[in-house]
Amino acid sequence: MTGQMILANRLTDGRVVFLAADGRWVDDIAGGAVATAPGVASQLLATARVAESRNAVIEPCLIDIRQVAGHRQPVAWREAIRATGPTVRTDLPA
Amino acid sequence: MGLVRGGSLVPDPFTDASSLGELPAGVPLIISLEQWQVRRDELLARGQPLGLRLRSDQSPTRIADDLAHFAVVALEFPKYRDGRAYTHARILKERLGYTGEIRAVGDVLQEQLHFMQRCGFNSFDVVAPDAEQAWRTVAGDHTVWYQATGDGRPRALDRRHRR
Amino acid sequence: MYRYDEFDHTLVAERIATFRRQVQRRLSGDLTEDQFKPLRLMNGLYLQLHAYMLRVNIPYGCLSARQLRQLAYIARRYDRNFGHFTTRQNIQYNWIRLDETPDVLAALAEVEMNAMQSSGNCVRNITADQYAGRARDEVEDPRPWCELIRQWSILHPEFSYLPRKFKIAVSGAPVDRAAVKFHDVGLYLRRNADGVVGFEVIAGGGQGRLPYVGHTIRDWLPKEDLLSYLEAILRIYNLGGRRDNPQKARIKVQVNALGPDEFRRLVDEEWAQIRRSALLAVPRAEIERIAAYFADPAWEVLADDPVAVTRQRGVDPGFDDWYRANVVAHRTPGYAIVNLSLKAPGIAPGDLTADQMDKVADLADRFSIGELRVSHRQNLVFPDVRQGDLPALWQELRALSLATPNIGQLTDIIACPGLDFCSLANARAIPVAQDLSRHFGDAAVLQDVGELTINISGCMNACGHHHVGNIGILGVEKNGQEFYQLTLGGSSGEDASLGDRLGRSISAADVPPAIDAIVARYRALRLADERFLDTYRRVGIEPFKEAVYGARAREVA
Repeated sequence: MTGQMILANRLTDGRVVFLAADGRWVDDIAGGAVATAPGVASQLLATARVAESRNAVIEPCLIDIRQVAGHRQPVAWREAIRATGPTVRTDLPA
Repeated sequence: MGLVRGGSLVPDPFTDASSLGELPAGVPLIISLEQWQVRRDELLARGQPLGLRLRSDQSPTRIADDLAHFAVVALEFPKYRDGRAYTHARILKERLGYTGEIRAVGDVLQEQLHFMQRCGFNSFDVVAPDAEQAWRTVAGDHTVWYQATGDGRPRALDRRHRR
Repeated sequence: MYRYDEFDHTLVAERIATFRRQVQRRLSGDLTEDQFKPLRLMNGLYLQLHAYMLRVNIPYGCLSARQLRQLAYIARRYDRNFGHFTTRQNIQYNWIRLDETPDVLAALAEVEMNAMQSSGNCVRNITADQYAGRARDEVEDPRPWCELIRQWSILHPEFSYLPRKFKIAVSGAPVDRAAVKFHDVGLYLRRNADGVVGFEVIAGGGQGRLPYVGHTIRDWLPKEDLLSYLEAILRIYNLGGRRDNPQKARIKVQVNALGPDEFRRLVDEEWAQIRRSALLAVPRAEIERIAAYFADPAWEVLADDPVAVTRQRGVDPGFDDWYRANVVAHRTPGYAIVNLSLKAPGIAPGDLTADQMDKVADLADRFSIGELRVSHRQNLVFPDVRQGDLPALWQELRALSLATPNIGQLTDIIACPGLDFCSLANARAIPVAQDLSRHFGDAAVLQDVGELTINISGCMNACGHHHVGNIGILGVEKNGQEFYQLTLGGSSGEDASLGDRLGRSISAADVPPAIDAIVARYRALRLADERFLDTYRRVGIEPFKEAVYGARAREVA
C-alpha cells in the first residue's frame, strides 16, 4: 500500500510528528493518518496548516510513503531518516 | 503602526510623497532622492519643511552638501534583514554631522529598535499593533555595550577603566 | 583563560532575558515561525531534521575543566548524553527543547559560556590555533586579540544584519592549524621588517558552493589598529556585499568580483576615516587587562625528554605510536601538548559522551592545569601536560577510547553531521567516516601513510571542509540515493589549496576501496618521506584517476 502522510516538527521540542486521523500529532509513524486518495491528502494538509497557524507544529509537509516489510516507510530517504531517527548514535538512549 | 520619538507616539507632520508623482500642496513632504535631484528648485520654493527618504542602496554621502535643507532623513529597511541603513545612519550622524531627525522606515520591527537607536536613528516608524508598547518592551533590554557609537553610551571597557 | 567580569555577565544575562521573552512570545503564538526564526538563530538555535539543535561557542577553542563538566551536565539534563564538536570550535546539542533553551543558556552563562551569534548573518565565533600560547613556532599568542575581537563583534549595532554570516580566524604561528585562509577574514600575527608584531590580514576566503582561498589585503597591520581595520572591512562588506542571492552574499564573492586591489582600496579609504576615531580606540590598559588572563601558568622547571618517557617509548610500541602521532612539542621545557583523538574506529567524528566529558574534565584537572582546547579538526587538546605524566595520561585516555594514535592521519577524519541530523544535507557523512576509520584501523598502515587528511561534507555547504581535505569527500544525492564525490589535493594550511575533482561520484560502499586505491598509488609513487599532498602536487591527478576508475578513467570521468 502506498499513500501520503503529514510530517512536521512539533513547536515545543522540535520532534518529528505525524498527523493522526483525529487531528492529534503523534510521534510514531504507525499512528499517523494515511491518505490514499488525492482529496484526502489535501484535507490532511489543510488540517496541518491550521495547526501550523495555531503554532502547534512547524513546516508540515505531505510525504509519500510505502509499506516495507509490513511497516510504513517514507519513500524519500531524507524523510525516512526523519521518521526513524539518525542512522548513527543508536547506542545512546532516546 | 505609528511614529515613535523619544519613547512616545508622536504625530507625523510629514506626508511621504517619495513614491507619488503628484506632490500634495501645502504640507511638509518627504521626498525621494530622485525627486530632489529633478525638482530641487520647485521643492525649495514651497517654503515647507522637507524630508528626504533614502533607499538602502542610496548612501547619505550622496547628499552631503544638501543636508541643511532636510528636517528629516528617512532611511529605509526594505526588509529587516537588509542592514545597510545601520551603516547609513552612522555615516549620516557621525561623519556628515547631521543633527536632524533620522527616521527608520520600512520593515522596522521591535527587536531591531535598540540597534537602530545605537546607530543614530531617533525616530521609528514601527511595524507593530502598538508601536509605543513595542518600544517600551525592548527599552530595558540592554545596559551593557561592547561597542561605542555616536550615541555617547560608554563601552564596557570604558566603564571598566573608569573605576 | 578569559574570565567574565560584571559587565560581561550582565550583557549575557540581559541577552538571555530577551531571548526568554522571545521564546515565550513564540510559544504563546505572538510570533510566527518566520518572525521567530532569525531571533532563535541569533541565539544559536536551529531546527534540524529531528529536533532543535543548539550550537554553543567555545571562543577561540579555549575550554576549562569546569566548563566541560557543565557541558556534560547539559548533555545529560537537556539532551541525549552527548555533544558534537564542530569544525568551528563550537559544540552542538542535537535534541534541545525550545521551551528549555533559555534554561540551557542560563546554565551556560553560569560557566561564562554562550551561544550568541553562533548562527545568523553576523560575526560568528572567533576561532584560533588550538595550540595558541603553547606552540613552539608561535610569533605571539593570538588569544588576547581573539577576545578583543569577540567583544567588539558581540551585538554590534551596525553589523548584526550583514548580507551573510561572517567568520574570523586568527593564528599566531606561521604553520596554519586554523584554516585561516578559508575565512571571511583571516589574521596571522607576524613580524614586519623591523621585528614588530602585527597582523597580516586575509579577506575573502571561504568554502561552500563557491570556494576561494583568501587574498592578503594588508601585509602588516599595527596591532593597535585591529578594530578600526576590521570595522572598515565590515562596513565595506555591509554596504557592498550582495543581498539579492544568499549563495553569492559572502564577502568572498564581493572581494573576488571587485578584485582584491579594488577591495583593498575601498577598505583603506574607509579606514582612513575611522582609524583615529575615539570610538574604536582601545586603551592599553584594556589590552593589558585581557592579556593578563592569558599569562603563562606557573610551569614547573623541568627538563625535556624525562627518562620515564624515553624508556616507555622503547618498550611499549603502543605508547610510542601515540607519542609520535598525538603529542606535540610545547614551548616550555618538560611540557607537552597532547591531542585527544575523538576519532576512534567506528566513532562519529567529534562526538563526546557526557561521561567522557566528565572524565576528560577530571583528567584536565589532573594533567593539564584544568584547561583544554578544541581543534577545528574536531579533536580535544590538553595544552599543558608534564612530559613525565605522559605514560599515565596515555593509560587514562586509552581507557576512554581517546588515545587513538591518528592525529593528522588518515583516520583523523573531519565529518559534518550530514543527513543523519542536518536539514541542509544531501547525504550522510558520519557513516562514511565510521566505515573508513574501521577500514584503516591498523596503526602500522596509518603510520606508514603519515600525514593525510580526509574531510567529509554531506552537502555543498562544506561544513565538513571537503574542499580542503587532502582527500575530500562530498555527499551528493542522485535519484534519491547517496553518492560521494572525491577531490584530491586540498589543504587548509598556510600552503592553502582547493581540491581537484577526481571523477564521477561513487556509492558509499565504494568509498573505502577507492581510498585504498588512492593510498596504494601514493605509496607506490612517493619519494622518500614525501607527504601525500606533496606527491599529489608533483604527479598530478591522472595516476589517482586511473587507480580509482581503472584504465577507462578518462572516458567515464
